[in-house]
Amino acid sequence: MSHLIVKDVCKGFGANEVLKEMNFSIQKDEFVSIIGPSGSGKSTIFNTIGGILSPDSGEILIEQEVINGKRGFISYMPQTPSLLPWRTILDNVLLGQELQGKKEPVKAMEMLEIAGLAGYAKAYPHELSGGMKQRVAFIRALLSPQAVICLDEPFSALDELTRLEMQKWLLSMWESHKRTVLFITHNIEEALFLSDRILVLSQKPAKVTAEFTVPFSRPRNESILLEDRFLEWKRRVHFALV
Amino acid sequence: MNRLLLKGWRPVAVLLLLFVIWEIVVRVSHIEAWLLPEPSKIFTEAFHGWKEFYPDLLSTTKISLYGFAVGVLIGLVVAVLLYLIPFLRDSFYPLLILSQNVPTIVLAPLLVIWFGFGLLPKIIVITLVCFFPITVAALDGFKQTPSELKHYMMMAGASKGQLFWKLEFPFALPSIFSGLKIAATYSVMGAVISEWLGAKQGIGVYMTLASSSFRTDRVFVAIFAIMLLSLLFFLFIVLIERWVVRWQVNGDDGK
Repeated sequence: MSHLIVKDVCKGFGANEVLKEMNFSIQKDEFVSIIGPSGSGKSTIFNTIGGILSPDSGEILIEQEVINGKRGFISYMPQTPSLLPWRTILDNVLLGQELQGKKEPVKAMEMLEIAGLAGYAKAYPHELSGGMKQRVAFIRALLSPQAVICLDEPFSALDELTRLEMQKWLLSMWESHKRTVLFITHNIEEALFLSDRILVLSQKPAKVTAEFTVPFSRPRNESILLEDRFLEWKRRVHFALV
Repeated sequence: MNRLLLKGWRPVAVLLLLFVIWEIVVRVSHIEAWLLPEPSKIFTEAFHGWKEFYPDLLSTTKISLYGFAVGVLIGLVVAVLLYLIPFLRDSFYPLLILSQNVPTIVLAPLLVIWFGFGLLPKIIVITLVCFFPITVAALDGFKQTPSELKHYMMMAGASKGQLFWKLEFPFALPSIFSGLKIAATYSVMGAVISEWLGAKQGIGVYMTLASSSFRTDRVFVAIFAIMLLSLLFFLFIVLIERWVVRWQVNGDDGK
């Protein structure tokens, strides 16, 4: 049964059509990446699912409920860590839960421990490196009670080495704590390495032009990044994108 | 604390130097005491007249604190209302600026006519000079909340109230404290002005009496007292700021 369904969603700003009959769905505990040229309206998709924007037509459903224009149904991790500087790491991680009403500090501490951040629970965000802040942001999203996590190019601001570290870390965190994930990226390798399925967007007005089911078995290891099979898939997605 | 000692001696030294020059100039050129007394005379007067002066000082401190408290409260409430209700902001913000263009010196006697010589007109004067810097600073702080943090909060489903209390208000705290610092020093000035117009005691009364009887040394005692009081208020706010906005102080140390 589909967890998140985006059905015939259109969205435009005046004469500027951004999404045109956008259609896709995600199964429970599936990791799906959306990949598209820059300026193809990826953020608009998220803002629409997040309820900041209302679709002009079409429906967005989470667990069979129509959520057009309603906020609070997804948990979110933005491009920048967006941690509140006056809160300790522990309080930051709890923010997503706090907004929905109930806090679980014990569970939060456990997650910080699993993520290797237990020593920083009482620290403030400015004391952490960029990669560590993104880990905190991901744990905040993971702890939030909503069914679907949306990640908006979370590693695009990091350097290459940190980025690979973070991808491996995210993969292991997700494989041990499965959730439904919608992941936006413009990096083909990242999409292949992390996801179960990849949706390719067209130029504006955006619609899904191709869909790939990633064949690599889980748990995945970074060694697949160098396999011929991986490069072959990279080529395929690349040509679908152009 | 060490840094304070390390750097703190400089202004103190400059101040001492100024006093020494003042003392020498007055003595060498035989300036009359009613025109300009030398610092040593002022300090002697402050020391000997302490018993007479102290109730005035206390009264002014009290009025300043009351006025400051009311001013802070009104300043913050006005800022929050104007920020959260755009309709109010559009209609009242210009009036807010106009309220600062009314000269206090002119307004104060009117307030005495309307409300008598009690506490109320004095509190109104202090509030009028205090609330404005706080309102402006708080409004600026609210507005400067980074859009990416706001976007995150919106996407995570924060209500309008949560957005304000969990993000915009704490974000504005450093700005609000800038406003508080200005208001704290203004509050002493406001108190003295309000006392000029009619009060039983206070530095303002002491000052008026001293200047009309050409006790210039006492006028200077009053001036120094006002300066000292303002400085203490200011330091008090700085201390509270360090305690409340700890995360930012930490940030400065980290750099």
